[in-house]
Amino acid sequence: MSERLIIIGAGQAAAQAVQSLRTEGFSGPITLIGDEAYAPYQRPPLSKAYLLGTFARERLFLKPDTFYRESDCSLILNTRVRAIHRAEKTVELPDGQRLPYDKLLLTTGTRVRELTCPGADLAGVHYLRSIADVDGLQAHFRPGARLAIVGGGYIGLEVAAVAAKRGLDVTVFEAMDRLMARAVSVPMSEFFAAEHEKAGVILKLRTGVEAIAGQGKVERVRAGGHNYAADIMLVGIGVLPNDELALQSGLFCEDGIVVNRSGMTEDPSIFAAGDCTRHIGREGNAIRLECVQNAIDQAKHCALAISGKPATYSEVPWFWSDQYDLKLQIAGLARSGDRIVLRGDPAARKFAVFHLRDGIVAAVEAVNAAPEYLAARKWIAAGARIAPEKLADLSVPLKQMT
Amino acid sequence: MAKVTFIAHDGKEHVVDIAEGWSLMEGAVKNGIPGIDADCGGACACATCHVYVDPAWTASLPPIADTEEAMLDFALVTAPNSRLSCQIRVTSDMDGLIVRLPASQH
Repeated sequence: MSERLIIIGAGQAAAQAVQSLRTEGFSGPITLIGDEAYAPYQRPPLSKAYLLGTFARERLFLKPDTFYRESDCSLILNTRVRAIHRAEKTVELPDGQRLPYDKLLLTTGTRVRELTCPGADLAGVHYLRSIADVDGLQAHFRPGARLAIVGGGYIGLEVAAVAAKRGLDVTVFEAMDRLMARAVSVPMSEFFAAEHEKAGVILKLRTGVEAIAGQGKVERVRAGGHNYAADIMLVGIGVLPNDELALQSGLFCEDGIVVNRSGMTEDPSIFAAGDCTRHIGREGNAIRLECVQNAIDQAKHCALAISGKPATYSEVPWFWSDQYDLKLQIAGLARSGDRIVLRGDPAARKFAVFHLRDGIVAAVEAVNAAPEYLAARKWIAAGARIAPEKLADLSVPLKQMT
Repeated sequence: MAKVTFIAHDGKEHVVDIAEGWSLMEGAVKNGIPGIDADCGGACACATCHVYVDPAWTASLPPIADTEEAMLDFALVTAPNSRLSCQIRVTSDMDGLIVRLPASQH
């Protein structure tokens, strides 16, 4: 008898898994359960083109509806799984119904970290994670509206760029001393700070939000000891892994569902992929990544393992962000202590920052510099050693670096 | 709407209708054409939606931009008629367009 597979969580990793499972020859019935109203869709455009209004909703969907039918995959939407019963190998739905599985794949993703200061529950405080979130925000995006953004990370800054373009008055509050501190190097933070200021965005660094006040809705934000008037707020202060179902079923979790290099949890019938996992990175340490690349590549590895062909996951992580006409592309994971090498001139709005670790290319951050980004992806995967003087020298073509 | 033919590496043909304004890549992915991965969803960030445009059509497509050209440098087995399908916006003029897919995107 062919095996029954249930996938919990209907995002990027789930869609990839269904496709890859069928490519790898998995023949059992697949049931995909998601808690949103939609079949798997792309989240990256939500804070970019979809918010800007230049990207219609139907373009967000990763697969056509026919894909699921043709893949013998039943979709159960608007449904939050209540429990996983590992001993009897069933998944319990909110109505008490228990669906049996032979293999289970968890692609539950993340949820937003919520603001906890006084007034955080006032109307007008928005988050951005889902289609519904953006649709809720859209209605308030009027020229001249005062938008207070909490968090100068990817989400906050992508929204700031869209809002500035749409004529809102934007202020970004960031508790750290620089933008995107968790994701990029100091020169990159400084470059993006200057670009946002050029667009009229007001940046308040080292400024944590202390309270929000207003009559029934957001009117003022108190941050760094000052009051700022605001009509609307967007909070982008990170995400938390949805690992509770796994945890409650007794699976080992540690800020994410712990999986091995083929995507398997400690239960050989249960696998996990994407933002919700803590896995062993290329450098041998346990990491949790929040990116499309990891969702896709881990899903492919889970599909291989579920189909009886486990393979070792050791892909180079990659990320991107679009702000104004700037395309930021990142590959590899930088670390403090890396030697930083600049190639190109930030003033030309086309440059790359390489990170060398013991002389080996470990990461790259590229702005409007796709060749540098792609070349570095290959170098990182190969563990290439390149002299910093050579990397910095624009007269040395990328193809002659190694 | 434009009718576009995707020819897989093994010769299998898929004919699909793509709405104007969509990219060629989206049309392929939404219609489940195997062989176009488009990992980044059309952000011109991954070079996994590489196609070869039929020689009869290369001149009539919008010209290739710098970023696309640079990304193509890193696609596998490129040719003068290589394009990234996420960067080709479909218009009604493209009705009848034929593109071929490479053996692999990775």
